[in-house]
Amino acid sequence: MKKEYKIISELIEKNSKALDVGCGNGELMKYLFENKTKDIRGLEISKKSVQNCLSKGLPVIEGDAENDLIQFPNHSFDYVILSQTLQAFLNPETVISNLLRVGKKAIVTIPNFGYWKVRLELLIKGTMPVTKNLPYEWHNTPNLHMCTIKDFFIFCEKRNVKIVKSLALNQDKISEISFKNLKYKNIISELGIFIIENK
Amino acid sequence: MNDLSKVKNIIVKNPLKLDCGKEISNFPLAYETYGELNDNKDNAILVFHALTGDQFASGINPVTKKEGWWAHALGPGKAFDTKKFFVICANVIGGCMGSYGPSTIDAKTNKPIGTNFPVITINDMVNAQYNILDFFKIEKLFAVAGGSMGGMQVLQFVSNFPNKAKVAIPIACTASHSAQNIALNELGRQSIMADINWKNGFYGENEKNPDKGLALARMAAHITYLSKKGLEEKFGRKLQERDDLKFSFDADFQIESYLRHQGSVFVDRFDANSYLYITRAMDYFDLTNKFNGNLSKAFEKSKTKFFVISFTSDWLYPTSENRDIVIALNAIGADVGFIEIESEKGHDSFLLNTPDFLDTIKNYLKSTYINEKRI
Repeated sequence: MKKEYKIISELIEKNSKALDVGCGNGELMKYLFENKTKDIRGLEISKKSVQNCLSKGLPVIEGDAENDLIQFPNHSFDYVILSQTLQAFLNPETVISNLLRVGKKAIVTIPNFGYWKVRLELLIKGTMPVTKNLPYEWHNTPNLHMCTIKDFFIFCEKRNVKIVKSLALNQDKISEISFKNLKYKNIISELGIFIIENK
Repeated sequence: MNDLSKVKNIIVKNPLKLDCGKEISNFPLAYETYGELNDNKDNAILVFHALTGDQFASGINPVTKKEGWWAHALGPGKAFDTKKFFVICANVIGGCMGSYGPSTIDAKTNKPIGTNFPVITINDMVNAQYNILDFFKIEKLFAVAGGSMGGMQVLQFVSNFPNKAKVAIPIACTASHSAQNIALNELGRQSIMADINWKNGFYGENEKNPDKGLALARMAAHITYLSKKGLEEKFGRKLQERDDLKFSFDADFQIESYLRHQGSVFVDRFDANSYLYITRAMDYFDLTNKFNGNLSKAFEKSKTKFFVISFTSDWLYPTSENRDIVIALNAIGADVGFIEIESEKGHDSFLLNTPDFLDTIKNYLKSTYINEKRI
């Protein structure tokens, strides 16, 4: 069980209605189903993963966030979760606005490109960073729009998106991110976890 | 025609008001069951058959001596696991395997009812089959499932009886029969009606049935159940037991011979009038109609969990039409899962041994049955 999933689960109120976008094999969904809420749905692009989820009895729909979020009515979920996939979309901006249309709140997690190990890879080796969270090479990566925790802060500010809560994860240690410690957290954190809503 | 003396049936006493305005009562509904109903009566699955199917979904059909149409999917340890579930399948009204239909003998004339049989709809079929629940004293089904026309019945069932099934699995179907599908069905009907032996539906004397028309209807329909790629892989341009073309209209190609065979075996087990009535029911099917074009409203009152399935190479009931059902369900926040299964076998994929499809259903039913018990 990923630490990230436990944190997400703690952020979600009991018995609320949640949608996991890009739910993969349903690991987070299953955890939430057993611990938080029975009212959970998933959206996933890979057929194999959808089959896997449905085999576990999880209500998952084959589709992707860029084309298939449209079918969900406004504010039909309390939370829409997007775990480490924002960077893989052609148009992350549209996806974010759809997340916030469908969900009253969205929980977005991003692998931090500002993490010191990532910076070091490029600085020292001079090659595109390959790390635990970003295991791909430049030519086979699905990640089109990498960003840092700071980038995401700036993005939200510009797009009138309110950051309700922001957490940094570094080797299983969680801490709060604020404007004050942003510069520091942006260096030492592997993952950023945000609850956002429309202003 | 078929010897139906070995077929189980219930006599539906309650009057059933049909969509056409007529009322029927005291009519037979033929059915078959698989597995055992448990003491809580919470393990029952009602399976709906497609156009040319019948209640013999699995095992050997005692009338035709052929394997059931869902033998791959239904049985001990299979997708619909009869070691766990009690599966019921009934012959639709309008059918010809013992349920009330055009080949039923009219007691007054001692002849088949023929085209005096009323035009029926998917709604009528489902309302007739609902009586099965009373017969087995089942308060709530665990699941309703079916492919093609069986899927349409699944949708209609949940719409008519919103709280009578925990799970609904419509497969390779549509909520509204398309112009293309109506056109293809009309082709089949016209083939039958063009047969000199059809006689406006009052055939059967001197053993002459509209076999040629019915066989032709089946041949045309059979093509629509397959995909171009599937046909290419199975037959290509292979010749039928000959080394060269014969420069005649014999079945030179394997595909021709195959279709002729499909046509000829079909007439031994199916009634031409039933084919007319059932295809008509499919064409009339438009679940959105009653709800001013808003399909979501059909399911609004239901808490049923849906699992919608389509197949990549099915052009008869394509993924887009199945997805419309999912979209309508999502619009009302229903509990719905959806997958398009990769298969090159066309619409027929749901009847064939398609492992991804069968495995997913099996595991889905198993886990959902456990989850439902926990809630």
